[in-house]
Amino acid sequence: MKKEIVVISGTVLDESMRFSLMELCDFTKANPERVIEMVEEGVLEPEGSTVYTWRFDTHALKRLQIAIRLEQDLGVNLPGSALVLDLLEEMERLKR
Amino acid sequence: MEYKDYYKIMGLSKDATQDEIKRAYRKLARKYHPDVSKEANAEAKFKELGEAYEVLKDPKKRAAYDQVGRGWQDGQPFTPPPDWGFDFGADQGFAGARPSGGFSDFFEALFGGGFGRGRGGAWSRQTQVQGSDQHAKIQIDLEDAYRGAVNLISLNIPQTDSQDRLVSNVRTLNVKIPKGIKAGQRIRLAGQGMPGFGGGGNGDLYLEIEFKPHRYFRADGRDIHLELPVTPWEAALGATVPVPTLGGTVELKIPAGSQAGKQLRLKGRGLPGATPGDQYVTLKIVTPSARTDEAKALYEKMAKVMPMNPRAAMGV
Repeated sequence: MKKEIVVISGTVLDESMRFSLMELCDFTKANPERVIEMVEEGVLEPEGSTVYTWRFDTHALKRLQIAIRLEQDLGVNLPGSALVLDLLEEMERLKR
Repeated sequence: MEYKDYYKIMGLSKDATQDEIKRAYRKLARKYHPDVSKEANAEAKFKELGEAYEVLKDPKKRAAYDQVGRGWQDGQPFTPPPDWGFDFGADQGFAGARPSGGFSDFFEALFGGGFGRGRGGAWSRQTQVQGSDQHAKIQIDLEDAYRGAVNLISLNIPQTDSQDRLVSNVRTLNVKIPKGIKAGQRIRLAGQGMPGFGGGGNGDLYLEIEFKPHRYFRADGRDIHLELPVTPWEAALGATVPVPTLGGTVELKIPAGSQAGKQLRLKGRGLPGATPGDQYVTLKIVTPSARTDEAKALYEKMAKVMPMNPRAAMGV
């Protein structure tokens, strides 16, 4: 009997992708108010000038996911998250 | 199941104060947090730590644990006392915890009632918990990124076995690697994360791409770098030489008078994409060794005919 191989296809989060605030919250299950606070703190830097026209890239999605985990698991506040994220990115850059 | 010594896991003595417990948790959580930790077993350690803290931070749960745990050693076979019953009270015990990550059987046997095992009642029937997202890095071959491929991915999922030891369970998935993917990019597989609870949906799986080291290619974004060995006469006189690329061998024209370190570009020969990457070829001049008298004489002749001081710029 031929064994069927199930192949799973995903979505590549490439640099051309943009998400609205609601799409971003849908992906991460984050609360919109929380995301707005993160933008105000500079943790996330969307394109666009108003909440309604904000467009987030995949880099912002990754930063948001890490910031949520840091807050949940370590109790890191927003300025702390911003600092940790910048340092993690600096470490990645140095590793390359 | 085995008895778990939560104090030992957190490196604390049994008479630690609540402040000490919190401090120890914060310190160890920073050390083992999967986002920041470089420890090999960070994820498993972090999970174990979360479970220990879930019990010890709550004075009510801690007191119950202390009572049942009197005389037990870490790792000993354990059965809860027959009259065991933990009253969860108003807070239901689980605020802030991440049940989809799963605690050990030991924890579930002592404190799992609030989550619908037997005594959960109405609360647990109404509770829906979304499964958590999972994040993993996978290493793929550059060739697979160039052509696209289906890769069998193995994921380590920290779980507890029947003896209640923390083990890694391997889950395998066949995942489509799209053509042109770059290192650092992520693939989101919706619904392939941790299972939800009580009818809550599954989390998502995020796979971050890394390239395995290649024998001679190195990727930088979609661009590919290659160091190409050439002979002194190919560099000096110019030549057309074969060069490997991810798409196969191509011919490259080396201009006359090329020096070592010269970079040549093969446009569009990098990883495919809306804007395909280029391949950069850096020349490395390899000199033949002077093994025979004839070869030695040839080098000596070169020295006479083409005298040069390659260190002139250094003033020596």
